[in-house]
Amino acid sequence: MTDQPRTLVEKVWDRHVVRSTEGEPDLLYIDLHLIHEVTSPQAFDGLRLTGRGVRRPDLTVATEDHNVPTADIDKPIADPISRKQVETLRANTEEFGIVNFPMGDPGQGIVHVMAPEQGRTLPGMTVVCGDSHTATHGAFGAIAFGIGTSEVEHVLATQTLPQSRPKTLAINVEGTLREGATAKDIILAVLGVLGTSGGMGYIAEYRGSAIEALSMEGRMTVCNMSIELGAKAGLIAPDETTFEYLRGREHAPAGELWDAAVADWKTLYTDEGATFDSEITLDASKIEPHVSWGTNPGQVVPVSGRVPDPAAMDDPAERTAAERALAYMDLEPGQAMTDVKVDTVFIGSCTNSRIEDLRAAAEVIRSSGSGVAEGVRTFVVPGSFAVKTQAESEGLDEVFTGAGFDWREPGCSMCLAMNPDKLSPGERSASTSNRNFEGRQGRGGRTHLVSPAVAAASALAGHFATPEDL
Amino acid sequence: MEPVQIISGTAVPLDRSDVDTDQIIPSDWLKRVERTGFEAGLFGEWRDDRDFVLNKQEHAGANILIAGPQFGTGSSREHAVWALHQYGFRAVISPRFGDIFRNNATKNGLVPVQLSAAGGRTLMDAVLNDPTLEIVIDVELRTVEAQAIDFLESFPLEDSIQHRFLNGLDDIALTLQHADDIGEYEAHRPDWVKELEIQHNAR
Repeated sequence: MTDQPRTLVEKVWDRHVVRSTEGEPDLLYIDLHLIHEVTSPQAFDGLRLTGRGVRRPDLTVATEDHNVPTADIDKPIADPISRKQVETLRANTEEFGIVNFPMGDPGQGIVHVMAPEQGRTLPGMTVVCGDSHTATHGAFGAIAFGIGTSEVEHVLATQTLPQSRPKTLAINVEGTLREGATAKDIILAVLGVLGTSGGMGYIAEYRGSAIEALSMEGRMTVCNMSIELGAKAGLIAPDETTFEYLRGREHAPAGELWDAAVADWKTLYTDEGATFDSEITLDASKIEPHVSWGTNPGQVVPVSGRVPDPAAMDDPAERTAAERALAYMDLEPGQAMTDVKVDTVFIGSCTNSRIEDLRAAAEVIRSSGSGVAEGVRTFVVPGSFAVKTQAESEGLDEVFTGAGFDWREPGCSMCLAMNPDKLSPGERSASTSNRNFEGRQGRGGRTHLVSPAVAAASALAGHFATPEDL
Repeated sequence: MEPVQIISGTAVPLDRSDVDTDQIIPSDWLKRVERTGFEAGLFGEWRDDRDFVLNKQEHAGANILIAGPQFGTGSSREHAVWALHQYGFRAVISPRFGDIFRNNATKNGLVPVQLSAAGGRTLMDAVLNDPTLEIVIDVELRTVEAQAIDFLESFPLEDSIQHRFLNGLDDIALTLQHADDIGEYEAHRPDWVKELEIQHNAR
């Protein structure tokens, strides 16, 4: 079987099969289990109820991210229900001997930001977390996917998961991105092509020269939104960019182990002649800065484009969904996106809160020399304490605050509005996050997904804009 | 999980596509550490509308939800499944399910019934037309039947999941029967991986 050409997905999958039996899903070993306060409490309760322990606390890492406030973090969390959930995580991790990075700790951050930056996510791993954006870790050539709380309990108890082998999908992005287009625009453009169900049943491998040219931060942005395609996971073959990112990180191998690891990682690529179950190709040079107009992440247009007309859509289901979306978003068919005013700008989330994202947004502000438009509310929320410290050492915080942006503490924040950072009913945001679902950022809120550069430009302009438009 | 074989009853028609898990249970509900009490949050943002389908008297007591394609996409929150199950639903019918939602459903005795697009549409229209339409889902035969309209379609369900539904089995207990295999696997991981773990654990 190993002589047959295999895809990257198949190689990583095969090396984690603990047990394979006809008619049953494979039992897959899990190398890294990330947990946070929201999807773990009932799993720990389940363990106590059945008298089971955690098989590998050393392969389990916790952080507090979804609930944490982004201001006044030296004080206890004001919301008593959020506070209890965070305290429950602390008690559970202590009881079962799992490392936790609490609010305010230098290692704390959004789970999909802090784990890679600590060098915990490595090529060829299987990574799971009770969070659908776990696919982020696929940027390192890992099979990484989100799971529910029952599965969290399963992994805690057994360090494995029964999984049926998914189909493989190649997403080729060839050529060079044009000035102003970013990794976020790549994945939004892919969503525009495949929609929210095009990836269902697949693990995607992102390939091609435009993907290879991305930094690790950019690759994480692309892989992060694999779930928005409906895919189980998305990954990218590790290469020199990956190795350079990992070299010297706290939990990455060092010395002789590093050499052995890199030799192993260099075998992780799709063999010549291996076939995918499905394949699409995009021309990177045609990808413009994107913005979503609707209430699912497949509903996107270029920022230079217009709100589509549902009447022109052939598929009745698509048409009905578009009509409902436009009513919710309070948009008219044919409206130019650059005529749509924004109330709030959120730069953050596991999609776009890494140092490169903050640098890109700060660069837009520096080049324009202007400040936040009158009446626009802003949140700049670094993905982790380490990102915040790095940004401050580069003076980025001063660029943001100097232009009138609100500089915050790390966490998931307004991506899903579990903390006090929320939209009010009818409020419209330009958001660097991953989901424009109804009410996602606060009840009645209207979310438009964009890149950090477009978010910054829109904050300065007061309406959707690219840096070029300023 | 309780064994599930036959689900028979009426359905609530939620005639929309892309019902994501944020809609099924809004994030405010995710702050709770309990596993029960989520039925009050089901479709939290839509329930306030008196005309929302779940609020209609003719659907009281229904135990099946029938929805448009791409049901349960988005967030991994198992709370969405808990909310549906605790509200009283025992099966959800849709032409397409979000992957994690479907997995979660199978761990909690909520049967994900995936029909063809045409079959889903036919059944949806029939329920919209007649809220009292009796639907029978048979996990053993993997079929959905509505005799009154002469509707019969089979749906996919992996053997292993069907086995767990029919016998009400705990997934973890099944896996723990293979604890020796897991230990054996761990012992044969690459040397650099084992060495790296030893270094970490020594810290």
